[in-house]
Amino acid sequence: MNINLTLVMQAVAFFAFIWFCARFIWPPLMQAIETRQKQIAEGLAAGEAGKKSLATTEKRIAEMLTEAKSRSSEIIAQGDKLKTETIEAAKSEAKAEGERIVAAAKAEIEQEVARAKESLRNQVADLAVAGARQILQREVDPKAHADLLAAIQKQF
Amino acid sequence: MVAEETELTPTSYIQHHLTFFTRTVNDGAGFWTINVDTLVTTMVIAVLAFGFLWLITRKSTAGVPSRVQAFVELTFDFVNEQVKGIYHGESRIVAPIALTTFVLTLFLNAMDFLPVDIMSHGFEALGFHNWRPVPTADVNTTFALALSVFAMMIYYSIKVKGLGGWIHELFCAPFGAHPLLWPANLLFNAVEYLSKPLSHSLRLFGNMYAGEIIFMLLGLWAATGVVGAVLGGVLHLGWSIFHILIVGLQAYIFMMLTIVYISMAHEGH
Repeated sequence: MNINLTLVMQAVAFFAFIWFCARFIWPPLMQAIETRQKQIAEGLAAGEAGKKSLATTEKRIAEMLTEAKSRSSEIIAQGDKLKTETIEAAKSEAKAEGERIVAAAKAEIEQEVARAKESLRNQVADLAVAGARQILQREVDPKAHADLLAAIQKQF
Repeated sequence: MVAEETELTPTSYIQHHLTFFTRTVNDGAGFWTINVDTLVTTMVIAVLAFGFLWLITRKSTAGVPSRVQAFVELTFDFVNEQVKGIYHGESRIVAPIALTTFVLTLFLNAMDFLPVDIMSHGFEALGFHNWRPVPTADVNTTFALALSVFAMMIYYSIKVKGLGGWIHELFCAPFGAHPLLWPANLLFNAVEYLSKPLSHSLRLFGNMYAGEIIFMLLGLWAATGVVGAVLGGVLHLGWSIFHILIVGLQAYIFMMLTIVYISMAHEGH
């Protein structure tokens, strides 16, 4: 265990190794490590940002969904209202139409009745003449008794 | 395992394993020797380890990483977190220093897992007697690392505080700026500066050296016969498993102390 020239040579070698390490080994690999660290950090940040944007988007979607729901219920309510209104309108129209038809029928019936009465009146006059002819056993001149017949017709 | 002419005794066995494969420079002795085993093992391990890291780095991508890249990144991130937790200065080179220190000490320590005798026989077959495979069990390696860190410490101290500021701090901290306190401050700082590289290097060296010796002592069981060899093997396994902790822990401590020392150099008292 004598100190000798080996010490000097080992020291020189040691410095040479340090130089080699500091020049060729340490910087490139450290750079690679740091670059990767940066990439990973960026990736994580991007993931975080993505998460955040996803959350805002989900919130917006929820808002839009509720809005759409309220709009649709509004539309449904409007539709319901419109339906009832239409039905009511149709009902009242139908009622009016029915009343009109009934009124027209009544008028026609009255007309018919009046016409029947008229014809009955004429026939009563004829019948009266025929009856009188039977009673008198002879021809009765309706012209001669026109005044009388008219009076009967009027009475009828 | 020992040269044929010497008798195989426990002492010679251990001494054999603790002898470096050396070459001298300029026919000098003492300091002018090179522990070839330490140096070559360090180079091979470092080239393999840093070559592997470089290969992964070259193919690295900021996209989905491959499994190997993910594993390497885990190591980088671990070192980077430690540096970030301790060091708050400007220099961008502290983290690579920490990584280099950690990887280097970890793999050099890990050479301790290789079984001493099999390695020894293998190197002997290649013609190398006395090849010690664990560079961090060589005090030269740990001192080289610790003194390099020490040099960086001084460098950053002067760089951050200026030469004047650093010298001022040597005399005026931590007790006060009164001239009478200058010797005490200087002594305190001297002890601090001396103890840092010493404890830094000797902690690693001591752990790895002791670990190696324990492996050898357990290997001695084989000399007592078959039962002893089996028992030695079992103990060897246990110590190896425990050693995984030591290897990792010492590499971690060495790295942490490197960061701490360098960051302390940045902070004024």
